Amino acid sequence: MHTMIDAERGIISREIFVSPHCYREELEKLFTRAWLFIGHESQIPDPGDFFVSRMGEESVILCRDAQGAVHVFLNSCRHRGMKVCRYEQGNTSLFVCPYHSWSYTTDGRLQGVPLYRALYEGTLNREEWSLIEVPKLALYHGTVWASWDPQAPDFLDYMGDAREHLDHVVDCRDGRPGGAEVIGVHKWVFPSNWKFAAENFLGDTYHNPSHRSVDMIGMGPSGQRGASSRRDNEYAGGQRFWVGFPQGHGLTGALMPADTDYVSTYLHHPIVDEYFRHCFHERKRRLGEKARILPLVGTFFPNASYHGRQPRGICVWHPHGPTETEGWRFFLVDADAPAEVKDVLRRYYMRYSGPAGMTEQDDMENWLYATAASKGTIARRYPLNYQMSMGAYQTNDPIPGDVSLQITDQTPRNYYRVYRSYLESAPWDVLIGCPSMRAAAE
Amino acid sequence: MMRSLAWYQLREEIEDFLYLEADLLDQRRFKDWLDLLAEDLIYFMPMRRNVKFGQHAERENTKQGEGISWFDEDKWTLGKRVEQILTGVHYAEEPLSRVTHMVSNVRLLDVRPSVEDAQEVTAGCRFLVYQNRIEYENFTFVGRRTDELRRVGTSWQIARREIILEQNVLLAKNLSIFF
Ligand code: FES
Ligand SMILES: [Fe+2]
Repeated sequence: MHTMIDAERGIISREIFVSPHCYREELEKLFTRAWLFIGHESQIPDPGDFFVSRMGEESVILCRDAQGAVHVFLNSCRHRGMKVCRYEQGNTSLFVCPYHSWSYTTDGRLQGVPLYRALYEGTLNREEWSLIEVPKLALYHGTVWASWDPQAPDFLDYMGDAREHLDHVVDCRDGRPGGAEVIGVHKWVFPSNWKFAAENFLGDTYHNPSHRSVDMIGMGPSGQRGASSRRDNEYAGGQRFWVGFPQGHGLTGALMPADTDYVSTYLHHPIVDEYFRHCFHERKRRLGEKARILPLVGTFFPNASYHGRQPRGICVWHPHGPTETEGWRFFLVDADAPAEVKDVLRRYYMRYSGPAGMTEQDDMENWLYATAASKGTIARRYPLNYQMSMGAYQTNDPIPGDVSLQITDQTPRNYYRVYRSYLESAPWDVLIGCPSMRAAAE
Repeated sequence: MMRSLAWYQLREEIEDFLYLEADLLDQRRFKDWLDLLAEDLIYFMPMRRNVKFGQHAERENTKQGEGISWFDEDKWTLGKRVEQILTGVHYAEEPLSRVTHMVSNVRLLDVRPSVEDAQEVTAGCRFLVYQNRIEYENFTFVGRRTDELRRVGTSWQIARREIILEQNVLLAKNLSIFF
């Protein structure tokens, strides 16, 4: 790994994007330990509600049991391994396995075993054959996260100072904690290594030229009023920053001047503009100094990326093979926003994001051909370049983290440094960047 | 509907229209294609879910007008999509894909006010769309379509198109083409 990832010099082997060996290592050593995004509580509001999600390559069931507690189970029967739930979402009191009809309650316990008395009495202890449940689960402002590693640090330690940025994505636009709802989930597969997508969201502002077409035509929130660009200009006057965190997270946003006023958005939709104006002032009132941060995009290590405002959602880049990714994008709105606001937002989200989105289609093209063109024997002899803005960052100034005020590869350098540590099976204090360990590693 | 001579003539007229429309797309005459869309167009492609038997009518497809689908668009958005392709720097369609639309199983589901004086037609069909891109990218999209057509002079306009793609997880990197 040391030879493949030279994060300090900004040189990274193409092998990690194409090699089946690296891919297996990731599944074994990274996706079994890191905290992964599972879903959102708004998808399972009532007892018995479930939503089938993924962790790494594997199917898991997110569900709310009869008592209202949230669980995440591996979606595989303890008897012969059959997938116990092949519906995507719904409500049930039991997961009945299609194969031999073992059944599990919504808290995972094995309840029904056909012909138990005649065939298993005295041997099978049902208590020991519950659905396999994640040892670590966290509910945070509506979002659900899990890790397969019983030794994993608590979710908040894992998020570190990136947590505040998660708040800016998942909290209400007016600053109340939580309160979002998922209005739909795109799922699609594309032939790219999952990390090309994940690292793009670390804040690869440098790739803006590949989105020239959407900026030229102006399909943004105010596009109907002739505004060019794919977003409203909310960040004008702010200090753009790119920031990385010891745990591998990285993101970009803007720090707005303290006296910034609301910038009109969604100009074609006065009700929506008014809603965001109201939210802007409320948020400022509630969050004070913290309201100066406007989120843009980011990736929570390893594969939960987000759009923070226009549009707004969390996209998980699931590994689906060495050179295949399955994207799951969860679109978010404030649950209590007026119907017209939700309607305008969902329409904007659809024309922006995902495989049918005018913006993201061009990303997919890039990631696909970056993967394809890195597979070759000769190509793999030549590493990729991550040397942009070498050394141009400050720590904890003006916000927590390693902060760059210019476009930078510092966030991906940091991301791959942490990635390397997972593949080297480093202890948790290294993985989450306990300061002394970090100094030693550098 | 009575299978009168007028009915057969109308069906042929509708088939011709749908074939012409498909041909405009395959020939990349996108602006001409836009002219066939009504100003109040609804262009809708739901996502399909795996649901329990008995829940299909209610829950299998995402719904037009709420939440997220693959497409839930109007003419303005489709116009933007065409403009985007015509910039020449929309890399997902630059260079352009090679696309063939097969349209078949055309049926007249409803004709208003009458077959003899057809002003509005609801037509069902099946589609098989083949997309080939750059060198090795191949995608096949198969499904059903329900079109609301409106007579305009001697031709027709599409007022509503519902596209039912027979996939759950989308097995294509992009939906950068029209259906
Ligand atoms: S595999 Fe599930 S009951 Fe046998
Ligand atoms: Fe992009």
